Amino acid sequence: MKKFLLSLTALLPLLVLSGCNMVVFEPQGPVARSITDLINWSLIWMLLVVVVVFGLFGYIVWKYRERPENMEYEPPEEHGSTLLEIIWTGIPILIVIALTIPTVTTLYALEEVPKGYEEKEPITIHVTSADWKWIFSYPEEGIETVNYVNIPEDTPVLFKMTSASTMQSFWVPALGGQKYTMPKMETELYLVADNPGSYEGQNTNFNGRGYADMKFEVLAQTHEEFDQWVDDVKEKAPKLTEKEYEDLLKPTHLGRMTFSNTHLSWVNHADPDSKAYTNPELYRGHGYQGKIFEEEDNYKSEEINENDKHGHDENIENKENHGGGHDGH
Amino acid sequence: MMGIKWNELLITGDPLILGSQIAILLTMIGIVGGITYLKKWRWLWSEWLTTVDHKRIGIMYIIAAVLMFFRGGIDGLMMKAQTARPEMEFLNAQHYNEVFTTHGVIMILFMAMPLLIGIMNVIIPLQIGARDVAFPQLNALSFWLFFSGAMLFNISFVIGGSPDAGWTSYFPLAGKEFSPSIANNYYAIALQIAGIGTLISGINFVVTILKMRTKGMTLMKMPMFTWTSFIASVIIVAAFPILTVALALMTTDRLYGTHFFTVSGGGMDMLWANLFWLWGHPEVYILILPAFGIYSEIFATFSRKSLFGYKSMIFSIVAIAILSMVVWVHHFYTMGSGPAVNSIFSITTMAIAVPTGIKIFNWLFTMRKGRIKMTTPMLWALAFIPCFIIGGVTGVMLGMGAADFQYHNTLFLVAHFHYTIIPGVVFAVFAALYYWWPKMFGFMLNEKIGKWHFWLFVIGFNVTFMPMFFLGLDGAVRRSYTYSVESGFAPLFLLSAIGSAVLALGFAAFCYNIYWSARYADRNISSDPWDARTLEWSTASPVQFYNFAKQPEVTTLDPFWHMKKKNEGLTLKDSEIEEIHMPSNSGLPIFMGAVFSVAGFFLVFEWHIAAVVAAVGIIAGLIIRSFDYDEGYHVKKDEIKKIESTWRNVEGEVHNDVS
Repeated sequence: MKKFLLSLTALLPLLVLSGCNMVVFEPQGPVARSITDLINWSLIWMLLVVVVVFGLFGYIVWKYRERPENMEYEPPEEHGSTLLEIIWTGIPILIVIALTIPTVTTLYALEEVPKGYEEKEPITIHVTSADWKWIFSYPEEGIETVNYVNIPEDTPVLFKMTSASTMQSFWVPALGGQKYTMPKMETELYLVADNPGSYEGQNTNFNGRGYADMKFEVLAQTHEEFDQWVDDVKEKAPKLTEKEYEDLLKPTHLGRMTFSNTHLSWVNHADPDSKAYTNPELYRGHGYQGKIFEEEDNYKSEEINENDKHGHDENIENKENHGGGHDGH
Repeated sequence: MMGIKWNELLITGDPLILGSQIAILLTMIGIVGGITYLKKWRWLWSEWLTTVDHKRIGIMYIIAAVLMFFRGGIDGLMMKAQTARPEMEFLNAQHYNEVFTTHGVIMILFMAMPLLIGIMNVIIPLQIGARDVAFPQLNALSFWLFFSGAMLFNISFVIGGSPDAGWTSYFPLAGKEFSPSIANNYYAIALQIAGIGTLISGINFVVTILKMRTKGMTLMKMPMFTWTSFIASVIIVAAFPILTVALALMTTDRLYGTHFFTVSGGGMDMLWANLFWLWGHPEVYILILPAFGIYSEIFATFSRKSLFGYKSMIFSIVAIAILSMVVWVHHFYTMGSGPAVNSIFSITTMAIAVPTGIKIFNWLFTMRKGRIKMTTPMLWALAFIPCFIIGGVTGVMLGMGAADFQYHNTLFLVAHFHYTIIPGVVFAVFAALYYWWPKMFGFMLNEKIGKWHFWLFVIGFNVTFMPMFFLGLDGAVRRSYTYSVESGFAPLFLLSAIGSAVLALGFAAFCYNIYWSARYADRNISSDPWDARTLEWSTASPVQFYNFAKQPEVTTLDPFWHMKKKNEGLTLKDSEIEEIHMPSNSGLPIFMGAVFSVAGFFLVFEWHIAAVVAAVGIIAGLIIRSFDYDEGYHVKKDEIKKIESTWRNVEGEVHNDVS
């Protein structure tokens, strides 16, 4: 046992060193800060539990271990102690209560505009996750970005999130906790950045081959910079067409893109009746291919079918079933 | 015929998989050749493959599960090798996805579960003084269905493609829309087959424990391992039907184009997550409760004291069982269910800490005033406490809904559940194997190699998983096949990889211990080598096929301990011997397992006509069983007398000394 404890203590300095700059403990906004406070509060209690139980454990194991001198000792018959059992039921209940209260208040607070920012007009950004990229639409400004999102500092940002494909999770650890993005669903998340700066965001919910690289940058800017950027985009960025948008949703990795309109004008994936842009053909490649099913809302442009003809001859029998399906709405 | 794409059947193009294909082929040739050469086919068939003896079924479970441990462990090591350095190119993303999927499924369903069910099989009838489980032939069917499911799942990576949607197989990713290959059919079908086996096991144990206890053993005199296994079996009966339904819906989604969980056609991906965890969370308590029982036996035996707070232990396992059914949402606080729902589930989740804490303190106070003997099983039990405390407190932290928004899907979570499942279940299984090995095989595992195994494994475990807590807090997500140099994760990932190598050495020491002990260990050992407390130690080692010549009568908790103290009930007079009624062996369970495998395999490949034809075999098996009038056989008095005289001393007393 001693050796085991030693090996643990040997690890500690290393962990403390790496602990100095862990992103969860360096919140850059009020939302993340409220969670960090909660985590710190829980850590105090949990450390207390660890110290007490480890101490008791070490004491008992050391004191009552079998030694050559106590081989004659026959332990007493003992069945329990109501008092002790009440104590070690009661104290954990109190600890759980001590943790529950701030947990519940924080849970409710996270759904609101962060405290102290109520008077500031929040801006809304729609987040659409696709395989394997993040699409950000600014409905008020009428612009759209891919794989990066600029926000003004010190302003509550309401992210309205959905997915154009699988279930994914939107996480910017420096600014706050994560939430899932799901097709035909909308989840909401408030984030605020204290200061200008660049923060890494990423998908945390596994969604296939391209998952590891599904990252984006959150760039918090001063208000002047942000307004300037919006104007620049409106002026210079190209318009996104419906056709280009369909290409964009294919399972690919893309760099950054900027557009001077948003896809919300023809589809909002959060709408339960919206068209599902699924196309199983694009996910082929691994293993023995099974039957896929034609859905009314599968999207398939001519060009995709052309591309598939080479290399996937064995799928022809499936392909015959694929009618139009592009006409969705 | 049916448009079989022969060229896609075998997975090709990856040297690692090619190597495995060759290795599998050679191993199979080796096994078949070896058995043929040694002329062991008849023995294998009549003694093992058709057995309905709970001890042999238990041992087969354990052997299969240790093999699966090896497979799942290799998967784990491959993941650790891939992430040892940033931007490593040992596995590509696709291969990594397959490896972590099979690692999870195999470790939970084909390693941890069958190891515990195997130990339950061997020990529970002995602890309650019974001669077998309530339904011996059904028990064999459970094993063969588990084995069939496990084998079907395991061939996936060489034939047809390995499942690659994570062990949780979240939709819509796991559906045909995003995973059009048949790979994830393996998940749906193989888990279904194994799950039916587990459900049957659960029913069997509930009935066995309720109806088969020996005279005088009231519920409140049952050993703690029997109690925890009983509650775990109740949870199996309650939770596994949910998995059955969820997998059936998944199967129709994937095979027949229904829309339960799809994006198109009004499917609901959140429904899968809910159904999965409605089963999945109770599942982890199905694992941990029998393990708690194992620790209870070991703490009591090696402290030479009865378990402290027996009643509160039972209260707490019942409380855990009930709570286990009402916490599933904590696996997806981030799904946007709203603060009210998340608050309720935060409270139920944290509440589990209370009964678990009661158990920890009861174990500590079992040792207090005891005389703690540091045997290998006891070392595992001791190491369990601090390691599991770390798993437990991080579990409470994760249970706090609001904080979970920062931990969810990170390596913090991965570290947490490895800190609960490895000390909670794997340490317990090792402890149990060292502890009950002489009961199963009549010789003990070597203590010195056992201690090597222990230290390597425990140190390796901590070095592997402790860094992951910190990686997670620094933003490293789970299931990511690589990370950048700039992330700064490299040193801790490397440390973790080194730890996993030590962990693997520990497992190797365990395998070596089995080999060494099987060859060299002393066969002339006492039937009660640990000076233990419960009924399984009152009979021979290895246990004779009918378990007890005379079923013992019980008046207290820890009955064998008090029998030894009072020197009562240890002897067997010739006049007390009566004929024993035993069930006959049957080839039907293994036949059913084979038919399920074949039908399952066809279903995986969506060859529906072939699957239906094979499924006729299942119906045929059921019909044959319905017309089975075999009443078993009786063991004659002379045979019992002969067997008993080989291990008891002249007065018919339990042979108690190591000579």
